[in-house]
Amino acid sequence: MTDSTVTIEVDGRTLEAKAGTMLIDVTDAAGITIPRFCYHKKLSVAANCRMCLVEVEKVPKPLPACATPVTDGMKVYTRSPKALAAQKGTMEFLLINHPLDCPICDQGGECELQDVAIGYGRDVSRYSEGKRVVADKNIGPLIATDMTRCIHCTRCVRFGEEIAGIREMGATGRGEHMVIGTYIEKSVDSELSGNVIDLCPVGALTSKPFRFNARAWELTQVEGVAPHDSIGSNLNLHLRGNQVMRVHPRDNESINESWISDRDRFSYEGLYSSDRLTSPMIKKSGEWMEVNWEMALEMAAAGLGEIKEQDQVGALLSPTATLEELYLAQKLIRGLGSNSIDSRLRQGDFRLDAGLKQASWLGLKISDIDSLDAALVVGGNLRKEQPILAHRLRKAALAGAAVHFITPLQLELNYESRQSIATPAEMVKRLAAVAKAAGVKGSGSLAALLNAAEADEFAETAAASLKQGDASAVVLGAMAQSHPDYSLLYALAAGLAGACGAKVSVLPEAGNSVGAQLAGAVPHLLPGGKSAQSAGPDALSMLKLPRKGYLLLGVEPGVDFHNPALSQSALQSADMVVALSAYRTPELEACCDILLPMAIFSETSGTYVNAEGVWQRTRGAVKPQGEARPGWKILRVLGNLLNQQGFDYTDPDEIGEELHALCNGASLDNRPVEGLDLEPKLGRDGLQRGGDTPLYASDPLVRRAAALQQTKDAGQGVMRLHPKEAERQGLNSAENAVIRQNGYQATLPVTLDEAIPEGCVWISTGLRSTSMLGQPFGEVTVEKA
Amino acid sequence: MTTTTAKETSELFTPEIRAEIDRWIAKYPAEWKQSAVMGALMIVQESNGGWLTTELMDQVAAYLDMPPIAVYEVATFYSMFELKPVGRNKICVCTNVSCMTNKSDLIVEHLEKKLGIGFGEVTEDGRFSLKEVECLGACGGAPMMQIGKQYYENLTPEIVDAILEGLE
Amino acid sequence: MANEVCLRTLDLERPWLIEQYQSRGGYEVLKKILSEKTAPEAIIEEVKKSGLRGRGGAGFPTGLKWSFISRNAPGQKYVVCNSDEGEPGTFKDRDILRYNPHQLIEGMVIAGYAIGATCGYNYIRGEFWEPYERFEQALEEAREAGFLGEDILGSGFDFQLHTHLGAGAYICGEETALLESIEGKKGQPRYKPPFPAHFGLYGCPTIINNTESLASIPMIMEQGGEWFADIGVKNSGGPKLFSISGNINNPGVFEIPMGTPFSELLAMAGGMKDGRKIKAVIPGGSSAPVIPGEQMMELNMDYDSIAGAGSMLGSGAVIVLDDTNCMVKILERMSYFYHEESCGQCTPCREGTGWLYRIVHRIETGQGRQEDLDLLDDVADKIAGKTICALGDAAAMPVQGMLRHFRHEFQYHIDHKRCMVGVG
Ligand SMILES: Cc1cc2nc3c(=O)[nH]c(=O)nc-3n(C[C@H](O)[C@H](O)[C@H](O)COP(=O)(O)O)c2cc1C
Ligand code: SF4
Ligand code: SF4
Ligand code: FES
Ligand code: FES
Repeated sequence: MTDSTVTIEVDGRTLEAKAGTMLIDVTDAAGITIPRFCYHKKLSVAANCRMCLVEVEKVPKPLPACATPVTDGMKVYTRSPKALAAQKGTMEFLLINHPLDCPICDQGGECELQDVAIGYGRDVSRYSEGKRVVADKNIGPLIATDMTRCIHCTRCVRFGEEIAGIREMGATGRGEHMVIGTYIEKSVDSELSGNVIDLCPVGALTSKPFRFNARAWELTQVEGVAPHDSIGSNLNLHLRGNQVMRVHPRDNESINESWISDRDRFSYEGLYSSDRLTSPMIKKSGEWMEVNWEMALEMAAAGLGEIKEQDQVGALLSPTATLEELYLAQKLIRGLGSNSIDSRLRQGDFRLDAGLKQASWLGLKISDIDSLDAALVVGGNLRKEQPILAHRLRKAALAGAAVHFITPLQLELNYESRQSIATPAEMVKRLAAVAKAAGVKGSGSLAALLNAAEADEFAETAAASLKQGDASAVVLGAMAQSHPDYSLLYALAAGLAGACGAKVSVLPEAGNSVGAQLAGAVPHLLPGGKSAQSAGPDALSMLKLPRKGYLLLGVEPGVDFHNPALSQSALQSADMVVALSAYRTPELEACCDILLPMAIFSETSGTYVNAEGVWQRTRGAVKPQGEARPGWKILRVLGNLLNQQGFDYTDPDEIGEELHALCNGASLDNRPVEGLDLEPKLGRDGLQRGGDTPLYASDPLVRRAAALQQTKDAGQGVMRLHPKEAERQGLNSAENAVIRQNGYQATLPVTLDEAIPEGCVWISTGLRSTSMLGQPFGEVTVEKA
Repeated sequence: MTTTTAKETSELFTPEIRAEIDRWIAKYPAEWKQSAVMGALMIVQESNGGWLTTELMDQVAAYLDMPPIAVYEVATFYSMFELKPVGRNKICVCTNVSCMTNKSDLIVEHLEKKLGIGFGEVTEDGRFSLKEVECLGACGGAPMMQIGKQYYENLTPEIVDAILEGLE
Repeated sequence: MANEVCLRTLDLERPWLIEQYQSRGGYEVLKKILSEKTAPEAIIEEVKKSGLRGRGGAGFPTGLKWSFISRNAPGQKYVVCNSDEGEPGTFKDRDILRYNPHQLIEGMVIAGYAIGATCGYNYIRGEFWEPYERFEQALEEAREAGFLGEDILGSGFDFQLHTHLGAGAYICGEETALLESIEGKKGQPRYKPPFPAHFGLYGCPTIINNTESLASIPMIMEQGGEWFADIGVKNSGGPKLFSISGNINNPGVFEIPMGTPFSELLAMAGGMKDGRKIKAVIPGGSSAPVIPGEQMMELNMDYDSIAGAGSMLGSGAVIVLDDTNCMVKILERMSYFYHEESCGQCTPCREGTGWLYRIVHRIETGQGRQEDLDLLDDVADKIAGKTICALGDAAAMPVQGMLRHFRHEFQYHIDHKRCMVGVG
């Protein structure tokens, strides 16, 4: 195809377009509507529905606008008698086997078929035969099917193949007997699966959690931003009254394109969990009682204000909180003379902080991932951490990018790539090998590591691909960040990237992980992302050396921390723990003294700064439940009660603007300072534990989303290990095993899994059932229970 | 090159079947193993008494590195794949125009009466099943039928009797 | 002048063997081309001169099709032979495969040489087991004799040829569905453009031709394009294989010059069975609109003559029907076929073919309504020209043809709830 511009005429209007563009794209851009069902701008052209037929001068047959490239001088009629006859014909065919059960259909009111039918359909069906009925299969907890309504546009099938990267849906049978579905009873497991709900032009695929709960015309729509991963996917929240009924994507080409992850789509269910904290509560001689706000706040202020020693009030803040909440929380704590503030609760190693003078981030634009030529991902299961990023990296891979992984467990990937699977301790060596192959020398202990490393074929290829690529990146995923030698991994990655002309990319964990660094919600940076004179203790140190008091914001002991057991014991040992939380859990009740009910996602206004540093503001869409209040208001009152300066906000926008001004000139930068002397901490002896945080265990909201919790990605409280390792440990026939880690102990079911490297057992964190154990990586012993 | 944890392909099927499938695979470009899917399904169908189970289709999928649904699509699209048990002798009678005008209906009637089954059914002893098929490209010998791999043309009820006689 | 091209070995004993083929001069022209290093363009020119039009049904000039391949573009190119032979009434390619497989092989090698392809596939319908085995045996012989494989006859030209076996789907005869099928997918036609010459098998430039078209190539190269063209008539070069079946005494495959009067073909086929009266002829496979018998007796077997009568020569499958046939029943059976064989991909065909069948079925079973004939016409019209592949047209044309010539029979069925001919 050439780049030349052609002139065409559509319904008498003259339009210009690039030669070879499909007609429908040209008319869409010009605001001329041509009806369509199978066409979708993000999917390949199928041209199967025949709804978009138009008349083209000098062509005897009507042509599908979605599959007809424009040529110079082409004259098109989209509403001529011939075009309309063809469109009406298609419509009639589509309706003959359609159940026309619109009154009971969940798509009613937003059905593309219904919309078009109103313009084209015949009132009386001339088809008097029995209609086709299709038996439905259960395809899992997220998507409801009613395949009798399906019009076979294959958007859902193409989505699976082209975007989700796993073919789960298909079209079986032929002719009139063709059926769209999974053929066998099977749940659709893609982490992007819910997008087919939006793609389906009719009510064949609808949201299962939403089913029958509301009619489209009863809903109002407001904009939102997803808090879970660092993408900040743009959302449309659909409300009825004061309730979020469902969540749809809002197109944003540079962020989430037209998609959202299932986590972002279905997590709203967590808003309506029965364990919402709806009233302020205090603990009195071990008993919890509801109190009014005044009393709770006064007690909280008094309790925290009492602790005068330097750094003895620790703030543990959720990276899914709003920027305003994070900023006010750190302001409050710093006002109390403490720099014990952190939001990197799952990070395993902070030795690097001394060298980091700026906020770390994705290192490139989200949309630039699409055009990477090479990537080395260290400790990142992208599909199960940041699904949209994974989709973008897949795009790059399909376009020919060389993608390599150094990973502590075998990943299920949906494109060509190479994985170097290593035990957690071994990962450092493997990365060192790649760095060595790239010619990195290093100094101090790094030099020793590099010297000892052996650049094998994997290392050579990975290094070569990073060097060759015009755009390449070394990506540090969640499992790298929770690694006890994250600093080493980071230093090696930075060295490697430097040697290859690649970017270092840190995958921020949650919706405001970058925001938290700009807000000063980390010990080494002040608001505005400026380096702190004297850094306070980090999240892990705050627990290893327990503080006298803690402020928790949107976090839950046991499941939101790097070291679950430690998080509980440390918090329990404190004199005063105040938690701002949307939920009450037994663990919170055991650790805390005061529980302040906080508004959460969609109930509060606030800003999110995503992985690439884009600030996105959202508005509270529904009222908080019960007595819950937006976090910024709670923190404001606490600030006032503690007589701190600068807490007189009347509007969250003021807070955002204040911080924004502070951030003037702040930059995101992943370059670490040279000369850190780092020794590996993770020993190589004995059996090691590995652990991830399952996709749907990431934060309090998603852990309560009922439908997501029924899927595979909710995670399981089991111990997974390679069959050969099981044999070595005498566990091959064991149902359960006792696991001991640093004095902690748990009994868990045993699952054999070849994805886990030998020398290692895999136990996820983020789950209540594993929260009696320690950090995700470290030495363990196991025995048959 | 993704290393998979799926069952080693060497554990699937008997060595003979693997060798047969591999012969199909060898015909196509290395990255197009999937091209062998029809051949492979035919082979495993034959080894399974003439029909395909979901498990067999899944194994073919694993062997050829295909998503199972892609194999189901193929198996349900082509009419020679059977998804339900068939007789040891699958009798396929053409009833398209040339055969019809040469009285294929008499052949069908005769078979149905003789075997006591209709189209899509299997005799109780599992010896025969009946299937109506479209033009088999042998209209010059109408009416005709196919049993197994063999065509039988210019049929009369008597000829049909003689043919069935000779089948196990 | 019969059996001169594709069936030139038919009179020999075990004509499928390589020695037999060679005894008639087989593979000589390939040797000549390879040793003289004939310019590929010259081959394409010769094929153009021959007036050979695609024998699969559409009648597209073969030489022209070959010239669409940019021979010097880098990367793999393919030659694909369409031996799916599924159009009801057609059974000629089966005879080429059974009796003269080497000529097809030679034709494919020459085609490969002409377009710069080093690999080819012959797609044989799955039911054709005997022809498949014959063809496989022939491939073996040809490989052994050095006519296939690497460095053919020391010329430096490589050509690998494999069989792909279908598994029961008429639609796989459609060229792009066939390519999908070789790729291990359902046989669902692709939307064209792009055409296979640019984006064919595995995305590579591909020519796809019918068995008979390719098997005609060696004789064209041996005797010259002009010789071939002169056998036929204007616009219809060469002889052609006609599969003639129905109510006749001696059905079979006849290779006769294009332009031969239908009456002569009928005579060769032994005339009408039981001396019955000829009622109608479907002249080019079941998608070709029917032509009343008397009219047919005046026509010649070539593209223009049949097209002039509102039908098409198609694959050369001639179904002769006598006056005992009820045309409603015939159409019912044909409509059932298209409904069964629609791939289901595009709306008008998936939904429309079933609708057509159900209307004809109810007329046939005495449930017809007055408005049904107009409805049939209308539904057929809504399918024709609006689908991804020509199966939609193929389903609509017989309906339109039947209503054009035998509307009264359908009307009678509706009015009297029974058959005019007394059979239905
Ligand atoms: C529904 C349908 C079925 C077809 N079946 C066959 C077939 O069985 N054999 C064949 O050679 N061509 C068949 N064709 C025609 C092919 O698409 C294609 O035009 C032909 O193979 C090209 O070869 P030719 O130019 O040598 O005729 C069919 C076309 C359609 C639309
Ligand atoms: S289920 Fe919906 S999206 Fe999928 S093919 Fe049917 S109508 Fe299209
Ligand atoms: S016309 Fe029929 S056979 Fe052809 S693509 Fe459409 S549905 Fe398939
Ligand atoms: S939108 Fe063009 S054919 Fe479906
Ligand atoms: S009609 Fe029966 S074989 Fe062709």
